[in-house]
Amino acid sequence: MPKTAVKPVTEQAIVQPLHSPAQLHFRTLRLDTPFQPRIDAAMKTNDWYDWGGYRAPASLWDEELEYFAIRSQAALFDISPMTKYRIEGPDAESFLNRLTLRDVTKLKTGRVHYTAWCDDEGFVLDDGTLFRLAPNRFRLCCQERHLPWLLDSAIGFDVTVTEETEVVAALALQGPTSFAILREAGFEGVERLKVFDLAEFAHEDGSVTISRTGFTGDLGYELFVETRLALSLWDRLWQAGELRGIRAIGYTALNRARLEAGLIVANADFVTAEHAIRADRVRMPDEIGLGFMVDLEKGHFNGRRAIAEARAKGRLRHVLVGLEIEGNIPAEHAIVYHRKKKEVGLVSAAIWSPMAKRNIALASLERPYGDSITDDLWVEIYAMRELKYERLMKRAKVVQRPFIKLDRRTASPPAEF
Amino acid sequence: MKTWDAIVIGAGHNGLVNACYLQRAGLDVLVVEKNDWIGGAATSRSLTPGFLYSNCSYVCSLFRPEIMRDLELPRFGLQVISYEGGAVFTRDGDYLANYRDHHAHRREFARFSARDAEAYDRYARDVTRQCRFIQPLLMRTAPDPTSFRPRDIGELIYLGKKFAGLGAAEMADTLRFWTMSISDFLDEHFETDVIKANFALSGIIGTALGPMSPGTAYVLLHHYMGEVDGSVGAWGYARGGMGAVTKALADSFRASGGTIRASAEVEQVLVKNGKARGLVLAGGEEIFGKLVVSNADVKRTFLKLVEEKELPDTFLRRVKNFKMRGSSGKVNIALDSMPEFPALPKDSPCYRGDMHFTDSVERMERGYDDWKAGRWSADPFLDMMMPTMLDPTMAPPGKHFMSCFVQYCPPKVEGRDWTDADRDAFAETVISQIANYSPGFRDRIVHMEVRTPRELEAEVGLTEGNIFQGELTFDQLLFNRPVPGYAQYRSPIDGLYICGSSTHPGGGVMGAPGRNAANEILRDLSQPTKHMSPAHDVI
Repeated sequence: MPKTAVKPVTEQAIVQPLHSPAQLHFRTLRLDTPFQPRIDAAMKTNDWYDWGGYRAPASLWDEELEYFAIRSQAALFDISPMTKYRIEGPDAESFLNRLTLRDVTKLKTGRVHYTAWCDDEGFVLDDGTLFRLAPNRFRLCCQERHLPWLLDSAIGFDVTVTEETEVVAALALQGPTSFAILREAGFEGVERLKVFDLAEFAHEDGSVTISRTGFTGDLGYELFVETRLALSLWDRLWQAGELRGIRAIGYTALNRARLEAGLIVANADFVTAEHAIRADRVRMPDEIGLGFMVDLEKGHFNGRRAIAEARAKGRLRHVLVGLEIEGNIPAEHAIVYHRKKKEVGLVSAAIWSPMAKRNIALASLERPYGDSITDDLWVEIYAMRELKYERLMKRAKVVQRPFIKLDRRTASPPAEF
Repeated sequence: MKTWDAIVIGAGHNGLVNACYLQRAGLDVLVVEKNDWIGGAATSRSLTPGFLYSNCSYVCSLFRPEIMRDLELPRFGLQVISYEGGAVFTRDGDYLANYRDHHAHRREFARFSARDAEAYDRYARDVTRQCRFIQPLLMRTAPDPTSFRPRDIGELIYLGKKFAGLGAAEMADTLRFWTMSISDFLDEHFETDVIKANFALSGIIGTALGPMSPGTAYVLLHHYMGEVDGSVGAWGYARGGMGAVTKALADSFRASGGTIRASAEVEQVLVKNGKARGLVLAGGEEIFGKLVVSNADVKRTFLKLVEEKELPDTFLRRVKNFKMRGSSGKVNIALDSMPEFPALPKDSPCYRGDMHFTDSVERMERGYDDWKAGRWSADPFLDMMMPTMLDPTMAPPGKHFMSCFVQYCPPKVEGRDWTDADRDAFAETVISQIANYSPGFRDRIVHMEVRTPRELEAEVGLTEGNIFQGELTFDQLLFNRPVPGYAQYRSPIDGLYICGSSTHPGGGVMGAPGRNAANEILRDLSQPTKHMSPAHDVI
């Protein structure tokens, strides 16, 4: 620390009578997103939740029907609160290759991949999507905040990392008619986007980045735009979608869709390493179904040695699996047993799947259960019914994820509906 | 002549906790207190009409909820109210606030550094992990590593297992945490000076060390491992001032049949054939007891109340060497109106929290330099708050009690005793700092009580005015607190126990030393301890 002389406090009053808007943020604990006027107009349930400090809709008009909007027509969901970092510079690719599990040299400009990153001990810090916007410019989207980790990891690389959550507005447009709506809205060439492609399109005097990505396992797109153009983008989509059943939705509906798609949520289905208070709660990629991302051939990346060693020594203690559970009562947060007796894990998310017509769940199990031992698994469901727990012991079967596979998600060119 | 089952010296919170547990075990217990008021360092005093001061300790977090429940303190009026955030004023007219809302907290930090804003989660995780390691040790007697009694071995194994349960990185962190400086620790997490200063204060409060001194990171932990109703790390006000804690304890004690004698200063512990038999009060009155428990600090107990010849040499030497250095003072102020701090928006919740003026770790360290030179800090660190923002019982509506904890403040001024003129000059240093940020502050003052280490020693009985009854450095913790071989509340004299903050787990209005000492005493008497709840689980 530099030994600068400390100025003695003098008797003159230290006064700053005018307060800047930045100082007054404490008056609004939950921020509005750039789309808030439109969401407020669509809000009928007043059912809000806190998403990263934003006032976000859990539902807007009917959480069940909102789900069917995703699966039958098109749903518009505000994803602006998602944490976003801009990573750019001559070393952006090599930095991200060092940071994340997958091989970023294989990620071409105009492509997106789903990836994750680990601490030095190989424990997952978060998962997210990495957008390659230009050869030397990327966007990383995720659940938690990681600026210190990203900046520390960037030491020695010619790269800048900028947190841009508040300055980039984003929407997810998901569902069978989503493509038709974008075409109707005049985004010419959007039909050429294959799954995980992205491209820039003109909007007003600026542009919007559209990627064929999403969190629903359905045909769908995500749109990123500077905040000043947010409302006009919403209106453009809304107008184009009027005859194709566009509806605004909240998180509860989206959560059902993502579960059917078998996708995991950080700090819901696993605990991120920088937030785990209890040292045994952290997870390696192989323990949460992300082992497929790990590219041991690409050269060094964070956590590589620890992951390789854990694999070699059989030190992977957990496994995340998809379960199909008999009956139709969702098994949320139920304990998983082997032979109805030995506790082997916990269900992190569960629903009755309207698309699969099955009772599905994501669960974390202690190996070898869920790994080499998959028979005779049971879940104990406590269903509260009119102030009484109905206790059910139901058979669970380990099944492949995703729970549903929709051809329209990947069809190229995308279908009309 | 009556012989009490136990006599407790000092009606501080630990003495009363101890007395309550002994009385509830069926013993006939007398508490003697030198002052005409009770509470020791946890008191509420009315020194000017209409106002109540928490004139020594002023906030509550560490006091163990197990003790509150065991001793039925809510029934006797104890209420603890969480308070709301706080602020550090910066010299450029801005401030850094602490908000209870997680996102507001992040956005506030982001005003100073985008990186630091997102660094808080990792910092909170690391500190929480360390607190969870220590918390269960608070309500257990520290094991004696040299004894081979099964119980000590069992406790050592417990400690070892807990330690082994940590991850490799955490284990390294634990050792570093217990020995490093708070400044070094914060440098690993944050880059902004005012943000570091904001956290560093918990590492130096009550300690004669600077933020750059090794060992101060542990002091921070010590201030983080409390809770208010399960909200770990939260701090609150005892409604009615800190005296509400000891008043509830005293009422609980009396309700279970205990006796308190105020204005009864102890001259000496009566020792016969190496065993404590009672006390001699100032004035010569003798009181007899089968055992004596001292809530006075270890130096006062063994260097003033016991004849030196009764004690082994090594023990005496170690007691003399026990570090108990006064480092703080207290200014209690009655205000006839709400002070304004123009830097803060009028509706800022920071008015209901703790406020500070030291905006860099460097400034804090320079304040410590003054202490080393035997002077109070020219630019002191203040922990300032107005409990009356949340507690209507301490001042009339619209008027306020302001509590200012002041650091650093030496036990002697350049080697000589404090004078009244020194005390007034010390107060002026404090008031002028506040007035710099609060125009018209002086005009609002209706009464002021100034306490330097001189007053804290003379009035409260804390040697050198050390608020923790001994520094909370690693060399004086666990089985080394207060001295090796005597960390289990016993002393070289049979029947003489110590139960104050000089013992494990140390200072703060925690009650754990008093409770743990009662547990040991009842063990020695082969009395049941079923009325003592074990520590709450940390899961």
